[in-house]
Amino acid sequence: MGKTLYEKLWEEHLVVAPVGEPALLYIDLHLVHEVTSPQAFDGLRLNRRPVRRPDLTLATADHNVPTDPLSVPVADPTSKRQLEALDENCREFGITLFARGNENQGIVHVIGPELGATQPGMTIVCGDSHTSTHGAFGSLAFGIGTSEVEHVLATQTLPQQKAKTMAVTLTGAVPAGVGAKDIVLAIVQRLGTGGGAGYVIEYRGQAISELSMEGRMTICNMSIEAGARAGLIGVDETTIDYLKNRPNIDMTKFDSLATNWRNWVSDEDAHFDHEVVIDATTLKPFMTWGTNPAQVVAIDGVVPDPSTFSDPEERATAERSLTYMGLQANTPMREIPVDVVFIGSCTNSRIEDLRAAAAVAKRGRVASSVRALVVPGSHRVKTQAEAEGLDQIFINAGFEWREPGCSMCLGMNPDQLTPGQRSASTSNRNFEGRQGRQGRTHLLSPAVAAATALKGRFATPDEVLA
Amino acid sequence: MKAVSRVTGTAVALRRSDVDTDQIIPSEWLKRVERTGFGQGLFSEWRDDPTFVLNQPEHQGAAILVAGPRFGTGSSREHAVWALMDYGFGAIISSSFGDIFRNNSSKQGLVIVQLSAQLVEELQGIVEQSPHTPVIVDVERLVVEVADFDWIQPFAMDAITQERLLEGWDDIGLTLRQSSAIEQYERTHASHALNSTMQE
Ligand code: SF4
Repeated sequence: MGKTLYEKLWEEHLVVAPVGEPALLYIDLHLVHEVTSPQAFDGLRLNRRPVRRPDLTLATADHNVPTDPLSVPVADPTSKRQLEALDENCREFGITLFARGNENQGIVHVIGPELGATQPGMTIVCGDSHTSTHGAFGSLAFGIGTSEVEHVLATQTLPQQKAKTMAVTLTGAVPAGVGAKDIVLAIVQRLGTGGGAGYVIEYRGQAISELSMEGRMTICNMSIEAGARAGLIGVDETTIDYLKNRPNIDMTKFDSLATNWRNWVSDEDAHFDHEVVIDATTLKPFMTWGTNPAQVVAIDGVVPDPSTFSDPEERATAERSLTYMGLQANTPMREIPVDVVFIGSCTNSRIEDLRAAAAVAKRGRVASSVRALVVPGSHRVKTQAEAEGLDQIFINAGFEWREPGCSMCLGMNPDQLTPGQRSASTSNRNFEGRQGRQGRTHLLSPAVAAATALKGRFATPDEVLA
Repeated sequence: MKAVSRVTGTAVALRRSDVDTDQIIPSEWLKRVERTGFGQGLFSEWRDDPTFVLNQPEHQGAAILVAGPRFGTGSSREHAVWALMDYGFGAIISSSFGDIFRNNSSKQGLVIVQLSAQLVEELQGIVEQSPHTPVIVDVERLVVEVADFDWIQPFAMDAITQERLLEGWDDIGLTLRQSSAIEQYERTHASHALNSTMQE
């Protein structure tokens, strides 16, 4: 019987598998950022341990950085201290750091792929749960905690239990106007927030094959929202084309690299522990209505009525969510006004996302009641967008065009919701308070976010493009 | 890591499902570069509410949290574990946990106890009715025990996690004993070293 992609990746990276203990996996790339690393570096210092492979370690400042113009210094003293700690730690341990203002700086899950540091067949970890993003390249990528960050810094390995495998197959092609974000919201809704727990999910099928790398990253990014540790997509020519000429790719060896990369797919006859099939032709533009990413509804739909839920626990959760979100059951989603629109985050801040949003933004102006921000995922994305004139489209339409970083995805920098504000956000988590204390977050795609900004309420692009 | 063989004290029921790590420790707390002091930020958005269960006088000093399903999902922030421990919790009981949270807990010596949803409900009922009743989470025998109520339930834990808790082992130290295997791996596999453009 054949092997799944996950099994192949697992076997390739096995250092030792002592009987009765977790296996030790080798880590090919360790991405580091300011929030989950300071205590890990402290641990190294305390135990007088060096970083084993600085040449396999790459750091960037993203979670905390303000998105103001670079000429404005970091105002918040604790953020500043954390950014300085990253500077000092990288210098002391010999790690490459793309700090605020560096041309390669950006959200860790945006820069890894765009620099070509992320490659098929690798194991990639980062102290951030959305490390699953990199699985779009046929690499085993997952988030770790700070103790594990320290473990990888010290040993370049991680003790791991083998996960179960799940195949999520999207059959058929998505209808026009439906994109990667809609697909993944549908998947998370189907699996629930815990449905992927213990699994590594491989996404397959026509609707996945037809996606660009940007779209595939959006899908793998949100694997964690279904509880899965990692998401995977097998390598094909789309993957290989994307990697061509990336700064960290040795183009003199590209053909042999590509030949090797093509192996990182599941065998035809591979067996998965669990399989889910979703008919992609039935998908629509989706958004979340509640406080977890599985609480999903079509934008055409209405706020669900908890009294119709048969499961008492789900009903209680839904009631709590609606109270927090300040919503009435059965209100059409399209009638709900928003205060803030955020286009950004490692889910949707790549060039293709900005193009999709700009195509809508150029048809109108941001409603006067709305604050709309566009935060590119990286400096490179920002530069590319500016070369294409997207910044001007956004600015002319009344959007703010900002410097790269995580920004309002988690509100650690000054970009935050104020209590009670409602946002339409292209990020990945609608948890209570995620974007600012008492803020109310609805997750959706970049095109829908842009249409919503223009209308001042939830809207699909066709309402603006017509 | 400190060895833990049992956690004893009072328990408190948190009747909410899907308590993610953003709720356990909101992001405004993540800017600290230290490992201590996070207890103040534990559930900080909810603690402003005087009716929140941790604000009740009878639950002060609790050592065990009996939580709803899917506790600790979401972000990988280990700060969630530090906050729970800094506040004084030594064990968390729930019917299911986020994967990364469970992992992080085992590295810090926070005991993760998984019981069926029905048993978790029962225990929540007990501690709500008798907030002062002592509860024991015994890592050696792998049982949760409420002697006053004759309530004793076994739970599962993989042998390695159990051993690590009991011995207080440091994972890095354990792995470094495999140094020669790591070197051997590096000799026999292609390197993915970042190129000179990436290494400034
Ligand atoms: S953009 Fe959001 S989800 Fe992505 S790495 Fe930053 S904080 Fe995490």
